[in-house]
Amino acid sequence: MEKTRKNLGRLIAAPHILWSVLFILAPLIFVVYYTFTDAYGTFTWENIFALKEHANTFLISVSLSVIATFICFLVGYPLAYLIAGYKEKSQKIMITLLMLPMWTNLLIRTYSMMAIMDDGGFLNSILGALNLGKVHLIGTKGAVIFGMVYDFLPYMVLPIYTIISKLDKNLLEAARDLGCNPFQVLWKVVLPLSSGGIISGITMVFVPSISTFYISQKLGGGTFELIGDTIERQFQNVSTYNVGAAISLVMMILVLVSLAVMNRFTKEEAS
Amino acid sequence: MSPLGKRFLQAVCLRAYRFLFFSKFSGKGEALVEHKKIIELQNISKEFEDEQVLSSINLDIYDKQFVTLLGPSGCGKTTTLRIVGGFETPDQGDVLFEGKRINDVPAHKRSINTVFQKYALFPHLNVFENVAFSLRLQKLPNAEIIKRVKEMLELVALKGFERKNVTKLSGGQQQRVAIARALISHPRVLLLDEPLGALDLKLRKDMQNELKKIQKQTGITFIYVTHDQEEALSMSDVVVVMAEGKIQQIGTPTDIYNEPVNAFVADFIGESNIVDGIMNEDYKVTFSGHTFQCVDKGFAPGEAVDVVVRPEDVDVVNVADGMLQGTVTSVTFKGVHYEIIVDIGGFKWMIQSTDFVDVNANIGIFIEPDAIHIMKKSEFSGQYGDYSTFSDEIEELGNSETVGD
Ligand SMILES: Nc1ncnc2c1ncn2[C@@H]1O[C@H](COP(=O)(O)OP(=O)(O)O)[C@@H](O)[C@H]1O
Ligand SMILES: [Mg+2]
Repeated sequence: MEKTRKNLGRLIAAPHILWSVLFILAPLIFVVYYTFTDAYGTFTWENIFALKEHANTFLISVSLSVIATFICFLVGYPLAYLIAGYKEKSQKIMITLLMLPMWTNLLIRTYSMMAIMDDGGFLNSILGALNLGKVHLIGTKGAVIFGMVYDFLPYMVLPIYTIISKLDKNLLEAARDLGCNPFQVLWKVVLPLSSGGIISGITMVFVPSISTFYISQKLGGGTFELIGDTIERQFQNVSTYNVGAAISLVMMILVLVSLAVMNRFTKEEAS
Repeated sequence: MSPLGKRFLQAVCLRAYRFLFFSKFSGKGEALVEHKKIIELQNISKEFEDEQVLSSINLDIYDKQFVTLLGPSGCGKTTTLRIVGGFETPDQGDVLFEGKRINDVPAHKRSINTVFQKYALFPHLNVFENVAFSLRLQKLPNAEIIKRVKEMLELVALKGFERKNVTKLSGGQQQRVAIARALISHPRVLLLDEPLGALDLKLRKDMQNELKKIQKQTGITFIYVTHDQEEALSMSDVVVVMAEGKIQQIGTPTDIYNEPVNAFVADFIGESNIVDGIMNEDYKVTFSGHTFQCVDKGFAPGEAVDVVVRPEDVDVVNVADGMLQGTVTSVTFKGVHYEIIVDIGGFKWMIQSTDFVDVNANIGIFIEPDAIHIMKKSEFSGQYGDYSTFSDEIEELGNSETVGD
């Protein structure tokens, strides 16, 4: 009985395992393989040494992503908190509105942002019409950060909202009962109890931000490169596959380490 | 002395008295001074989604008393408590705290704390930090916080649990933490919403005693909500019986038991036989075809009334000696007594007697004048007090339904 159940379990899991091997494990092995070989397939450290040239790009990528993630948190957390405070019906409407842009393809969204922020774009036309001069946005880091925030904000709001909306309302009342003003309720109870959602939100914004290439190409106007762009460029050309793989590998390790650190945080919070 | 000077002196004395006896936990003040009103509910009404949940509630709660709101599930006890705590605002009426209207005072500014039905302990804080929560908000020095938490944990018998994770505690222990957390800031009033509802019977009895003891020791006014009449009777100074969003009766446990105002109260508190009667004149009532001597008066001659007789007040006698005669339809052994259901003229009476009788036996019953309690007719007349459909199973089913609200 126990055994048949186990076998049944394996059978059900089989497609998933096959999928994982084909599309996660195999590519990973390729990445590692390319990282440590040259164009002829012989072992080399050269690709790792080549990373030095891209140190600056790494730095810009990390800092822009950190800033974007931080802004997402600052905007997203209060938003999630406010939404969770409404009646259930209104909550559903607001969450749908929040997710609505995500139904539009990322590329199209980025293009429309270009149309808005361009030197001759929508925003500048309005400013011009009001005689307020012009602002140059496309090509600045600010524009890239704005693009990241705009594109990935829902990923911050959703996990936080999910946790806050499921918080035991009695806990919030208990906090008020014991003397918390509304701000203290947020600070002393809601915030620590939603730390799991915050961590998920940060991860879900930071990871796509640091690996994006499209946003920086369009909104950055080609004036500077993010690490995603660099990787993409390496893979445009067969001769630089190996360097591209090395950068990808470092990125992956970076993300994995930050995930592990974050997980550690949540576990400590919980215990 | 001028009247003004006298008033001033009185005020000073009162302050000094309060400082001495109210600023610390102390039961000593009780004998010295009449209790003052601490909470007044005046004409409170509340609707939820067009459903009238509370209708003109008037209730005075006196300082240092143990007051219990008792009633079946859904009668509005929790809502009443939440209005006192500041978590609901009444549609109509006023809430007064020591004579001052507090309708608009938010919960966190009221010197009223709550022990929630499901404890509501903060899962991210350990026992110590849960209990210390309100003191930390007041930014007290750490040494004082440690001292007071220690005292409080001793009071609720949780010494040594400081570093424990609250989610790992048993129900009874969580309950104690919740009580300690609510008491530590010395609130004037403690609200408890079915705090023992989730505990098993044995633990419940222990906690009842303990709560009563804590209330005496701290001198804090307790407003306690329960649907368990036994709990209410054994713990309270004052019982407030509620039904359908209205207060039915306010009184001491003895008053409520001995002199229920209507069929609902008589039935809800303990077991009762409630029969239709006619008040012939003062001290004379006719029911079940016999005219009885009684101790009640003040009804119109010939007024239709509800008559309550408690099962333990009915004596079983020979058929010939009985004021009423009937046939035994069932007998259940209950340990101390037998529970006997007797059919008297089609109405099923419950009698508790230490003497055994046979099923189908014809018996007579005898009722002393002071065992008869006369009540005015009410909207509840005729709904309660007949044991024809009675069985233990139904009783238990009814109870378990009311537990899970
Ligand atoms: N927030 C609310 N919204 C709608 N109806 C409510 C709400 N709170 C209580 N009620 C209704 O009010 C009635 C009384 O509830 P409650 O005060 O909790 O009763 P009790 O504590 O005596 O069981 C119930 O019918 C309940 O469904
Ligand atoms: Mg309730």
